[in-house]
Amino acid sequence: MSMFRLIALAGMVLWLALPARAAMEIREVTSPGGIGAWLVESHDIPFVALEIRFRGGTSLDAPDKRGAVNLMTALLDEGAGEMDARAFARARGALAASFRFGSSRDSLSVSARMLTENRDQAVSLLRQALHAPRFDADAVERVRGRVLASIRSDATDPGRIAARTFNRLAFGDHPYGSASDGTEQSVAALTRDDLVAAHSRTIARDRIYVAAAGDITAEDLGALLDALFDGLPETGAPLPERAEYGLGGGVTVVPFDTPQSVAVFGHEGMERDHPDFFAAYVMNEVLGAGGFESRLMKEVRGKRGLTYGVYSYLYPMDYAALVLGQVASANDRIAQAISVIRDEWVRMAAEGVTEQELEDVKTYLTGAYPLRFDGNAPIARILVGMQMEGLEPDYVNTRNDKIMAVTLEEVKRVAGELLHPDRLHFVVVGQPEGLETTN
Amino acid sequence: MHAIRLAFFALLLMALPIRAENVAAFTLENGLEVVVIEDHRAPVVVHMVWYRVGAADEPPGKSGIAHFLEHLMFKGTQTLAPGEFSAIVQANGGSDNAFTSWDYTAYFQRVAADRLGLMMQIESDRMANLRLAAEDVLTERDVILEERNQRTENDPGALFSEQRRAAQYLNHPYGIPIIGWRHEIEELSKADALDFYETFYAPNNAILVVAGDVTADEVRALAEEHYGKLAPSEALPERIRPQEPPQRAERRLTFADPRVGQPYILRTYLAPERDAGAQETAAALTYLAEILGGEGANSVLGDKLQFDAQTAIYSSAFYDGLSLDATTFGLVVVPAPGVTLAEAEAALDAALAEFLEEGVDPTLFETLKMRMRAAEIYALDSVQGRARRYGAALASGLTVRDVQDWPAILQAVTPEDVMAAAHAVLNRANAVTGWLERPVERKAEVTQ
Repeated sequence: MSMFRLIALAGMVLWLALPARAAMEIREVTSPGGIGAWLVESHDIPFVALEIRFRGGTSLDAPDKRGAVNLMTALLDEGAGEMDARAFARARGALAASFRFGSSRDSLSVSARMLTENRDQAVSLLRQALHAPRFDADAVERVRGRVLASIRSDATDPGRIAARTFNRLAFGDHPYGSASDGTEQSVAALTRDDLVAAHSRTIARDRIYVAAAGDITAEDLGALLDALFDGLPETGAPLPERAEYGLGGGVTVVPFDTPQSVAVFGHEGMERDHPDFFAAYVMNEVLGAGGFESRLMKEVRGKRGLTYGVYSYLYPMDYAALVLGQVASANDRIAQAISVIRDEWVRMAAEGVTEQELEDVKTYLTGAYPLRFDGNAPIARILVGMQMEGLEPDYVNTRNDKIMAVTLEEVKRVAGELLHPDRLHFVVVGQPEGLETTN
Repeated sequence: MHAIRLAFFALLLMALPIRAENVAAFTLENGLEVVVIEDHRAPVVVHMVWYRVGAADEPPGKSGIAHFLEHLMFKGTQTLAPGEFSAIVQANGGSDNAFTSWDYTAYFQRVAADRLGLMMQIESDRMANLRLAAEDVLTERDVILEERNQRTENDPGALFSEQRRAAQYLNHPYGIPIIGWRHEIEELSKADALDFYETFYAPNNAILVVAGDVTADEVRALAEEHYGKLAPSEALPERIRPQEPPQRAERRLTFADPRVGQPYILRTYLAPERDAGAQETAAALTYLAEILGGEGANSVLGDKLQFDAQTAIYSSAFYDGLSLDATTFGLVVVPAPGVTLAEAEAALDAALAEFLEEGVDPTLFETLKMRMRAAEIYALDSVQGRARRYGAALASGLTVRDVQDWPAILQAVTPEDVMAAAHAVLNRANAVTGWLERPVERKAEVTQ
């Protein structure tokens, strides 16, 4: 439960801004058993980073079983095969291997680091976690307790409240409309059978994506893939339906007694495979992505000191797409911050970007792209993400050309088509002065 | 068989970091220390300048000035307009940021290796030529007040932590928050920032760390060109802070806030830090934190509080020895439903007492040793992490040699060392125990 690690470390270091969101050969490997993976082989450091995704994730929760996939995922390393939770932890500790299991609305993820020296043993341990989790009664109660504590903490976190309210208003009864970890009631009611069902709904061969980077050959990776996945069920639950976006423009205030209001804002966005995606991406880079150079950062923070951070981003998911943003300002200043953000939305939708802005952003994006690939772990994460987005390995070589090809006219057209000031909805959590919920 | 495998493994791991380490260090004539970490896996460099000054070096009544100055360092020089620094970095495909701690203030850029000279040019410029406009200072002060809102005022856990630190240090400025107390931030001025800058920002109070796709010779030439021309400060104050007296009385505090979702206990003990040439006790405490509160099922508190009895849903121990002056050793317990904070604390104390009687489980100890060696291998994957490791250590009073000795010192720790450190540190006269909870709900009284 990383939340409590954060408690311990909070305040050790202050950053000027929250860190921005985050030439090699990619080989496509297919195992004898038919599992595909992408590999970047590098023998500099004697370990391999392995990233695995199962498409579907928490959106595959069965009706009325919200939180089952999340709880099940958290239990994968709490006892498997012949080992109870303690035995499993000791075995993994003795190998100095690291396995992290996570779940999100579109996928279940496994991030593993394994030393070359004992890789076979680590793989065998990971296999047991994936194939034969025990869901022992005491482990279930222990992990359920942690999940419930996390749900209670989120219920009083203004940023979480804002994001969850936005999702509920936007997507209603679709899984995207509710929190992946469920509610106190739904999690309290989950049974062992529900966890077994959640396992068979999500972990299946027809939805696996794998990338590896580091000290492993293609041949060894092929063997590893079969050692890990051989014998998993061919298929799981049908993948989710598209989510209908049902939120109009306006403001929703969620009263919460805290000195700084947190606002999440946005409207419908653009799919990752849309032909205009690169133009939209370039546009948002100027509008509100990362760094100190975006219009939102300059106008809301730099010129007016209204916030420590303000961001906007394109958020394409598997079954819906959004343009989203976030800002936090003192209760007596949030209305002004929102007004400035609206003005920037209007300006961008009407005028697009300037020639200078386009040039600067192209230089930045194309220069920054190769810097992302700076280690086995980040490389494996990027490659598995590309596969899930349906990209080809060659994308890493063509991506910068696509950025460079974006024109001023395209950005202006796409900004006008994508950004809709009248549809922009702000969910504000706090005691904002001069803001009320609109109808 | 098992023992043989372990021995072989140890040999392999011990040999590796030395080959891969490839670190050079030298000092320019003006006193700037330089560390170069070569890593040619990607055509990237991290360029960092660390100043040996942080929040614990602030004048009384000016809390937050080190951090405020860090923000203002982006507001222009004789030749660069406000904001232009970051714009240049970004226009070169790089990213930049800065951070402040109690012991250091650091600025860094991540950029393609062929842009290193440009980064040095603008970073050395703002080491000597900062120029601030009055209105930019006032606007940025609003930004850091919003930063304090976001980090602290809006988060009961952060407010609780701030109160706990203030109670932990009786005399040392580590008890003051890095971001500053709100009433003092509100009064910080341009003159305060410039005084601080002129006193502490100079090549002989800084460490340059460059990591990535460069050679030491390239870095030396560029550093001499850009930083070498800066004059050292003649009036750099000696770095002496008020030290802690013996702590003789346990401190306790309760922080109640309706925004608390999950109550918990946090206890910290005053503890020794890593010192140059004397890191053994800190190494033993690093093990102690893992043994007491590392991975749940692989730790004493996890075993006793989460597995043997279901008293807690989470427990942890933490210790960071990188600190110029006395640091803390901390414990966290999150009680299970139906368990009060008082019961959880009693269980924690009972578990600690048992541990002090029983000593270290030898199997767990061997496993930990191996995990610490493996951590050195995994750490090689992050160039930026390696750069930070050197920068933070040198700014906290250690030497390059100390950083390089640390893995071997960790490997030399014995269970006896760990128990000796545990007996010395786990003393409640040195400790603050805090409870974070929701306010007691007052039930409406039934009156006639």
